[in-house]
Amino acid sequence: MEVKNTVTAEHVHHVDHHDDEHHHESFWTKYIFSQDHKMIAKQYLTLAIVMAFIGMFMSIIFRLQLGFPDTKFGFLESVLGKWGKGGKLDPGFYLALVTIHGTIMVFFVLTAGLSGTFSNLLIPFQVGARDMASGFLNMLSFWFFFLSSVVMLWSVFIETGPAAGGWTVYPPLSALPQAMPGSGFGMTLWLLSMAFFIVQSLMGGINYIVTVLNLRTKGMAMSRLPLTIWAFLITAILGLLTFPVLLAAVLLLVFDRSFGTSFYLSDIFIGGVPLPQTGGSPILYEHLFWFLGHPEVYIVLLPALGLTSEIISTMSRKPIFGYKAMVGSLCAIAFLSCIVWGHHMFVTGMNPFLGTVFTITTLMVAIPSAVKVFNYLATLWRANIQFSPAMCFAIGLVSLFISGGLTGIILGDSALDINVHDTYFVVAHFHVVMGAVATFGMLAGVYHWFPRMFGRMMNKTLGYVHFWFTIISVYGVFFPMHFVGLAGVPRRYYANSAYEGFDYFLSVNQLITVFAIIGGIAQFIFLFNFIYSAFKGKKATQNPWNSTTIEWTSPVGPGIHGNWAGPTPTVYRWPYDYSKPGAEKDFIPQTVPFSETKSSNLPGEE
Amino acid sequence: MTILILLAVVLGVMVLVRLMNIVQLSTQVSGYEETEDDQIRENNWAALGLMVFMIVGLGLTVLMIYVYGSHLLPVSASEHGVSLDKLLNVNWFIIGFVFFATQIVLFYFAHKYRHTKGKKAYFYPMNHKLEIIWTVIPTIVLSILIITGLREWHKILMADKKDAINVQVYGYQFAWITRYSGNDNVLGKSNYKLITDDNPLGLDTSDPAMKDDVYTTGNEMHIPLGKEINFQFNARDVIHSAYFPHFRAQMNLVPGMNTFFSFKPTITTEEMRKITKNEKFDYILLCNKICGVAHYTMAMKVVVDTPEDFKKWVRKQKKAKEIPTTPSMAEEGNINKDVTATL
Ligand code: HEM
Ligand SMILES: [Cu+2]
Ligand SMILES: [Cu+2]
Repeated sequence: MEVKNTVTAEHVHHVDHHDDEHHHESFWTKYIFSQDHKMIAKQYLTLAIVMAFIGMFMSIIFRLQLGFPDTKFGFLESVLGKWGKGGKLDPGFYLALVTIHGTIMVFFVLTAGLSGTFSNLLIPFQVGARDMASGFLNMLSFWFFFLSSVVMLWSVFIETGPAAGGWTVYPPLSALPQAMPGSGFGMTLWLLSMAFFIVQSLMGGINYIVTVLNLRTKGMAMSRLPLTIWAFLITAILGLLTFPVLLAAVLLLVFDRSFGTSFYLSDIFIGGVPLPQTGGSPILYEHLFWFLGHPEVYIVLLPALGLTSEIISTMSRKPIFGYKAMVGSLCAIAFLSCIVWGHHMFVTGMNPFLGTVFTITTLMVAIPSAVKVFNYLATLWRANIQFSPAMCFAIGLVSLFISGGLTGIILGDSALDINVHDTYFVVAHFHVVMGAVATFGMLAGVYHWFPRMFGRMMNKTLGYVHFWFTIISVYGVFFPMHFVGLAGVPRRYYANSAYEGFDYFLSVNQLITVFAIIGGIAQFIFLFNFIYSAFKGKKATQNPWNSTTIEWTSPVGPGIHGNWAGPTPTVYRWPYDYSKPGAEKDFIPQTVPFSETKSSNLPGEE
Repeated sequence: MTILILLAVVLGVMVLVRLMNIVQLSTQVSGYEETEDDQIRENNWAALGLMVFMIVGLGLTVLMIYVYGSHLLPVSASEHGVSLDKLLNVNWFIIGFVFFATQIVLFYFAHKYRHTKGKKAYFYPMNHKLEIIWTVIPTIVLSILIITGLREWHKILMADKKDAINVQVYGYQFAWITRYSGNDNVLGKSNYKLITDDNPLGLDTSDPAMKDDVYTTGNEMHIPLGKEINFQFNARDVIHSAYFPHFRAQMNLVPGMNTFFSFKPTITTEEMRKITKNEKFDYILLCNKICGVAHYTMAMKVVVDTPEDFKKWVRKQKKAKEIPTTPSMAEEGNINKDVTATL
């Protein structure tokens, strides 16, 4: 019955052909200035992968410095020029690398890469729309992302080097070019790049929200949306509410830097002279920054959790446990994430009473997060699990989400945060719970929806090899790092030479660096698999994972304009009818009406 | 070490090339389709792998706690730090329990419920009772953690600390100065516009409270054993953070603002050397907020003295009243504005 709304291969060809003749699509409109959500998704993914490799390369360079501070690496001089003179990484450039690495990973890879790729790909497909509400805005949003990436990368190559004050770019450090070379032109470019980035994020977000709310196909009630779509919707709303605040913060910083205002500056003596600015407060910037900064964590996390929910349910051949609780916990996490930003500021001199409030709200986020984990575990209970590479990454994600979420309890507790704030404990925590979880979600998503994107399958064996190397090196890098932090080693340190007490941890840092290199190399397995399979991979079948959702009813292959040749499919049920007792197969697609599944209908389903 | 890295890189690349060959070969064998048996075999391997990963991983966790655990910070040298460490341990106990339990369940389920021939999943979309249980239990546990945590927080930062000695810790790129308030226990006023080479803190020598203030010139600060010390933090240029890991204390230094933290040292440097069995042990003050290129060098030795030794040491520090007098700026009305953070 599920073939009802699908089209045979021949028919597809015909339509495709017909379409081509009709539109006279040139290379430019098809691949470059495309307004088709499927192509835009691929553009986002491709650029995000490029950025991810750049960010990873940077991390490996500064990890070499941390693991082997006394070793000279000849190749550094040839790669970095004056920043690597004599095979030694320049301390200022170390900070620049850390800063750009953090910025690239958080914004360009995990924000744009996740939402940009999967919201674009899956929202129209899974709600049954022909495309995004505004194809043009969607195209613009990608090109702003592109522009923003270009500006950010350009900043790496300028004379004074890129921004180097950490990805949070706190003023006065970031506001005063006298304070460090990276606060010169590099910082200006950073701010410009972020402004473009925020624009792309808002354009994308508006589109996602409107499409989900208005363009659902017949029968696709909100309560029948796959959890992926719920996650993308809530993420987009969250971004829409918080990114403008970052834009405000960035603009005020531009004013302070260039027009002599003092929003963030007061009573500063630097470079041998007192500055005229008074009355500003750096704390104001911190409030504004973290008002986005914390929700940002969830902007990268929620889509990953959405993708995982879908993958775990499909590959377990079991409905996701507690659909409503999953939606509820998504909403609760999103709401709470907007009122916890102060946990990044417990020791900034903020009124300690505020610390109390933020501790309470922060630890409350642990409740919906715990609910999500328990629901995943309940979904796996008595399941029938098929370990595709995507499923392996999804299981890995749950494991990492537990590990990273638990250490958040320490950091969210204002009293305990005093001694671990800004140490490697924080670095370990956020890499696990944000970096690794979101990366795993993204990789799982790519493996799972690759056939939907390219009409071909990724190689499974390489997928497994990639998974094993990745999970072992992620834990190998970030698990020992917690201990480094608990010993009191501060982050953003070029070397730990200031205190002998840290000498013991040099060996741990070496271990971490070795794992980082292994993990980095393993990503080339993925890259190879991705490129190879996109062109030469095994042809995908109509519904390779026997999934219920409607993106798999659209013609196989890279897809056609408008997604479905005939009318868009009609939806009759929720997306999680897996292994329903009495059903013929272990899945019933959303397009199958209850009248055709009398044997498996539950009471109340007519 | 370079050799080791090179070796790792070369090995990695070799493995990769080999793998690519295999893939190319296997896709070239045209017409070969994975059978159901193949899939089940693969599935078994993946599930087994996850199980092994969990067991080895948890084993290594225990090992790391054992090996690294003994190289973490020594016993807290401040009064509040001792109860903070206790609180931390309670948290770790709960976190550790949940960590082990959930990871074991996760990987055990993944292995046990792997697909095998003829297996069918159990259709189990929801159970309100379970949802309520696992909402309520974390809520209770977290409430306990919140309450115990906040109790410490209030004791450390919101309690009224009478009789505390006022000490200023002043940070600038990339060093520290400490100023002691002297007999009157009042820090004299300062103004950033008064800063010169001779007056690095911008002290206003016309302030009567200044006459007994002294400040350090070497890269070392001393504090007396058993006295509550109320630190006032100030920054000259950018944000810094005063991190005293051994005292479980940290507070940012924010230009234009006074920030505060107080603690009572309970172990002298001498005693701590015995406790750590390390002749050369010293307490340290580290800058813990990125503040420029040489951020990583911004550290200062901290010495906890007996009160008598402390007095002797203070006498040797530089006296504020010896600063060549500068025109008073008090008239301008911009001196030591108490810009306390209420944002
Ligand atoms: C190849 C894997 C990675 C390694 C080895 C790595 C390692 C590191 C290290 C050592 C730091 C410096 C910490 C410090 O000194 O404060 C750092 C910073 C950072 N990383 Fe990564 N990282 C990796 C991947 C990621 C990913 C996937 C993300 C995405 C969230 C990420 C986000 C960040 C951020 C936000 C910072 C902070 C930058 C700052 O302090 O301004 N990293 N990383
Ligand atoms: Cu946060
Ligand atoms: Cu500093």
